[in-house]
Amino acid sequence: MAALYPAYPRQTLTALQTLVHKETHRYLRIWVQTLVPPAITMTLYFVIFGSLIGSRVGPMDGFDFMEFIAPGIIMMSVITNSYSNVVSSFFGAKFQRHVEELLVSPTPNYVILAGYVSGGVGRGLFTGLIVTIIASFFADLQIHSIPVTISVVFLTAVLFSIGGFINAVFAKKFDDIAIVPTFVLTPLTYLGGVFYSISLLPDFWQGLSLANPILYMVNAFRYGILGSSDIPIYTAYLLIGVFIALGTAISLWLLRRGVGLRS
Amino acid sequence: MNALSLRQLNKTYAGGVTALADVDLEVEPGDFFGLLGPNGAGKTTIIGIVASLVTPTSGSVSVFGHDIQRDPWEAKSNLGLVPQEFNFNQFETVEQIVINQAGYYGIDRHTARERAEKYLRELDLWGKRDASSRSLSGGMKRRLMIARALVHEPRLLILDEPTAGVDIELRRSMWAFLRRINERGTTIILTTHYLEEAESLCRHIGIIDGGRIIEKTDVPTLLSKLKSQSFVLDLADSVSRLPHLPDFHAVPLDERRLEVEVRGDQTLSELFAQLAAAGVEVSSMKNKSNRLEELFVRMLGNRSPAPTSENA
Repeated sequence: MAALYPAYPRQTLTALQTLVHKETHRYLRIWVQTLVPPAITMTLYFVIFGSLIGSRVGPMDGFDFMEFIAPGIIMMSVITNSYSNVVSSFFGAKFQRHVEELLVSPTPNYVILAGYVSGGVGRGLFTGLIVTIIASFFADLQIHSIPVTISVVFLTAVLFSIGGFINAVFAKKFDDIAIVPTFVLTPLTYLGGVFYSISLLPDFWQGLSLANPILYMVNAFRYGILGSSDIPIYTAYLLIGVFIALGTAISLWLLRRGVGLRS
Repeated sequence: MNALSLRQLNKTYAGGVTALADVDLEVEPGDFFGLLGPNGAGKTTIIGIVASLVTPTSGSVSVFGHDIQRDPWEAKSNLGLVPQEFNFNQFETVEQIVINQAGYYGIDRHTARERAEKYLRELDLWGKRDASSRSLSGGMKRRLMIARALVHEPRLLILDEPTAGVDIELRRSMWAFLRRINERGTTIILTTHYLEEAESLCRHIGIIDGGRIIEKTDVPTLLSKLKSQSFVLDLADSVSRLPHLPDFHAVPLDERRLEVEVRGDQTLSELFAQLAAAGVEVSSMKNKSNRLEELFVRMLGNRSPAPTSENA
């Protein structure tokens, strides 16, 4: 298949390394915009919802409320940052037209996607690590399963980086890159069991919550840390895997067709 | 094998505007080729298709024998593009931009650094290597785009209006640089609105109008199509009336300047002989306009209607 350029594996790897280096350098260069805000916001969540209000809420699913919300808050920062990194970086490249540097070059489409997704995953995991360190000051986090914790957070970061990429491809103006995070991601995250167990909800709302994909990711991650989940974690893996495969296929199709990139 | 080969290239944009109609064009290796045409003629569309920034409706593009669709790595590796608009990351440094571009072509970082230094020095930008690209002057930005386009050492370099908006000193230094890399073997395709630039640099010229190539030949052949040239003569002494020049059409511009048309079958010696016979002494003379410009205007004046109608 011509698009895979099997004759140039070394050059293809160099192109990927270049893009990953560039994307990593980008979010580290503007760390005040990319790494500090999630640290401050999540600290406020821990102080307000954990220390101040949480002490009056009592245990949740058998865990101290602070312990219960910590995985959800970590996951929230990973989701938000991996998505926003790719959507702003790729849209910025379109807006300033330096995406043309890539389109003119022989860099294959899958390398372009992988490079931007790597940047999103890097920032998502970096902020997740920062928030985890902050969480450790507020809660005694004992990791139940390291493989589950790492794989779920990594796959979630991949999924939302791909989501950010698709958003950026379609975006025509800066408003377009804020709509999905504001009106879709944030509500789904808050309603995804970050601050509560869905077992507290009436049956109808429990059923409706199961249609929220973020619920599966938050619960799978919570299972990795606490060993407790509202849903079977294999369902979560399956769902994340299907969404990643679908998102990758859509992204590559969009790149091949040049949607939003070529006239 | 041609450096660039376009076959039956067509482009109709969404909305039905036909930008290119059955364009066939071949540029030989080592050539310095000028692609000329009025605004909206299709020059940038051709360049966009060759550079994979515009999707053709039909037709094929080959760079040094490699089809841009079937053989993209080889075709694109042989091609460097200097676009009309600035299109680099405003927040990266000059050196980062050039090194990253090399990386996209699979060039390892060590070699990329060496090449970046080489081309930034050649284009007098090495002192600005750590400067943010947005802090550069317009001329420096143009040179940065040339360095970026050369870092993977393409055999074909396409420049879309490279000297637009740059001062005459910089323009001439860019001409000298382009001549040097052409002499080293790089094929160059240039679009420009400065016809003096095209006449000075290019060996072959293609003229595009209304999405069609209406002329493609070498510069001397093209200029020989000029049936007449107009000259402005500066006279040593003022004249009160038009001197008698029986074989030439002359128009006084003022008391000390005369415009004379010389047909292709006439010589300047004949003109000067008749001026001497009339007792007129000429202190200097110049072409009324650039010869290529004169030809260009005449050719486009006779053009057929542009095929920009909506598709049925």
